[in-house]
Amino acid sequence: MSRSIDELRAELTAACRAVGRPVQIMEVCGTHTVSIFRNGLRPLLPENLRLVSGPGCPVCVTAQRHIDAALELAARPGVLIATYGDMMRVPGRRGSLERQRAAGAQVRVVNSARSAFELARDNPAQQIVFLGVGFETTAPATVATVLAAERVGLDNFTVLMCHKLVVPAMAALLDAGDVPLDGFLAPGHVSVIIGAAAYRPIAERYRRPVVVAGFEPDSILRGLVALVRQIAGGRAAVENAYSAVVRDEGNRVALDLLERVCVVADAPWRALGVIPRSGLELGPAYRRFDALERFDVHLGEDEDHPACRCGEVITGRVLPADCAAFGRACTPLTPIGPCMVSSEGTCAAWYKYGQVLAERGA
Amino acid sequence: MMPTRTTHDHVVLAHGGGGELMGRLIREHILPRIGNPWLAVLTDGAVVPWGGGEVVFTTDSYVVTPLEFPGGDIGRLAVAGTVNDLAVMGAEPVALSLGLILEEGLPLAVLDRVLDSLAATAREAGVAIATGDTKVIERRTAGGDTAAQMFINTAGVGRRRPGLNLDVARIAPGDAVLVTGPLAEHGLAIMSVRAGLEFESTLRSDVAPLGGLLGAVFATGADVRFVRDATRGGAAGVLADIVAGCGHSVEIDERAIPLSPTGRHAAEMLGLDPLAVANEGKCVLVTAAADAERVLAACRGHPLGRGAAVIGRVTASQPPLVELLTRAGGRRIVQRPYGEDLPRIC
Amino acid sequence: MCLAVPGKILTRAGEEATVDLQGNQLRISTVLTPEVRPGDWVLIHAGFAISQLDEQEALETWDYLRLALGEDIAAAAGQEPPGRTSEA
Repeated sequence: MSRSIDELRAELTAACRAVGRPVQIMEVCGTHTVSIFRNGLRPLLPENLRLVSGPGCPVCVTAQRHIDAALELAARPGVLIATYGDMMRVPGRRGSLERQRAAGAQVRVVNSARSAFELARDNPAQQIVFLGVGFETTAPATVATVLAAERVGLDNFTVLMCHKLVVPAMAALLDAGDVPLDGFLAPGHVSVIIGAAAYRPIAERYRRPVVVAGFEPDSILRGLVALVRQIAGGRAAVENAYSAVVRDEGNRVALDLLERVCVVADAPWRALGVIPRSGLELGPAYRRFDALERFDVHLGEDEDHPACRCGEVITGRVLPADCAAFGRACTPLTPIGPCMVSSEGTCAAWYKYGQVLAERGA
Repeated sequence: MMPTRTTHDHVVLAHGGGGELMGRLIREHILPRIGNPWLAVLTDGAVVPWGGGEVVFTTDSYVVTPLEFPGGDIGRLAVAGTVNDLAVMGAEPVALSLGLILEEGLPLAVLDRVLDSLAATAREAGVAIATGDTKVIERRTAGGDTAAQMFINTAGVGRRRPGLNLDVARIAPGDAVLVTGPLAEHGLAIMSVRAGLEFESTLRSDVAPLGGLLGAVFATGADVRFVRDATRGGAAGVLADIVAGCGHSVEIDERAIPLSPTGRHAAEMLGLDPLAVANEGKCVLVTAAADAERVLAACRGHPLGRGAAVIGRVTASQPPLVELLTRAGGRRIVQRPYGEDLPRIC
Repeated sequence: MCLAVPGKILTRAGEEATVDLQGNQLRISTVLTPEVRPGDWVLIHAGFAISQLDEQEALETWDYLRLALGEDIAAAAGQEPPGRTSEA
């Protein structure tokens, strides 16, 4: 195993030397950011290869207005919020789900939409609101659960739909055009659902190579080698370096479910504004499962903290260390923005794994 | 510069997590009001001079749910936890007090099972339950799928073994860092029976009184600088305590960390760092380098230390940090865990 | 965004399955991978199987699986597991 990593590192060094200039690659997915840090890969990368983080942390990009809606629902008697754990500490305008729970609200951490469904099925007296956060990896689970609720006739299960789509976000970044990006390391598990072919518009329209990689260290290095080789060769193709798991066409069953139940809609992304056709809403036949509609909650406006630069961090415009608040007013214990709260937020990862190593000059 | 004011005005669950937030609760709320030289040391127990020797005095409260879990129960935990706090202070446990707070509605059959387990663990540890108290509180948990609770407090006294010099300040560069066996089993076993997480596991809590194991270690005459059981906050929490206490760094090798395949896969599944997950039958030890083999052999020769391993060493690097050499040959920092370990989905 | 782990299907009844992850068992839904059978390896995310995996490729992708299986085999033979050295 170690030898294979050494070989890959040598290949990456050689490829970066062949490019002969600084190369900037975006790791779209927060799980890649975390895996790179957790495996200590950053200090091993060649000098001229710079990795910047992308908007692929679904918690980080959940708009404040959605958090506020969740908090409003959590405060209503008879409502139980079921959520993935990462969402507990994300700050809304006034507090977080964690604090709401401390103040007596019914908030339950689940690691599956199925658990939320079972909570609804087993507690008919309570209204269960499931926070549907995540990209295309996670959206099919939410949708399958809505269908199960429909089948069983549950009238106490709704979803606060916050699911987002990765490729529109990548395109929006490139349309904005102010961040030099030579290529993309594409998220392995989103790609299981959408398929490697889904990135072709990025390669073809924007002339940037996209390589799908898994999350083990050797898979990430393999992905980077493939990207740098394409960049050196002036190519811009979609490559699948995770073919053991990802197919070109993705998971057709999951995609059909999404098409059947959801509609693509404009979506607010935290700190990025509204990106057209980048989110999923429940379609007309399923509106009764939408929490905002069921409880007549209106989405407000985002009021991001003035010192927070999460939006610039997750679009690769700045590094966490460039933010004046990073490590000072904004720390994992005292987060200002979601990038510091989420376990896969770029700033949290930098703080936890990288900041001090950088100080040491490693 | 970290801001000094806390950001919460209510207690949140993470305050009890054994990590950074709990540390702040103690430093910012408790110590300023109650602090005294004994308490300020913040070790697992207080050392009280007594009749020409030293008595170690400790207390712990147990609020685990569910009350019964794979590999143990709150009764076993209540004895083992407090005995272990005495043992890592180099004391032989003499007696425990037992405070029971029972929630109305608790089935007596559950109480009996817990007490049987508690008594058996006390016998195993060679400690007497010398005094106790029982209170009953009104039902306050929601009912439905939530069982009535039981809380236990145990306080323990022990006689400090002569000839030991356990002091985090004695830790020096070159010292060896060991753990007494596979990590993360207690925390993961508990998660496997928590509602909403939906997995079952062959993992069993490792809850066990470690007086015998540590006695075997101390009996080797090895120069053991420091021992602590890796409970809430996991081994990472203890390593953070070590670097903070001695002012040196610790470097550990990810491949040397003992983990059962079941534990590793469960941690991957939940997105948890095994170093940050609670144990109830494992210690982190620091010894002089020359004594590492001896200590390792003593651990492995004891039923509760079979999987012991040297996981790293103390170095002179500054600033004092816990650094991990990763499986991939990279390096990263291991931080003190924040607080409540929330299983991730993403 | 993408925490997903490999596991092996033990049993399947309708759209529900039990998977084994080295001694951990998870109840999951096979709604997204209707073709999987007991003995198949799948990739699991948020309580759902999202892809079927080839066993050999799964072992190559996740080295902790390969290590674990190596340990299981060694343990059965009463030997020291591969890749774990007793450090001095």
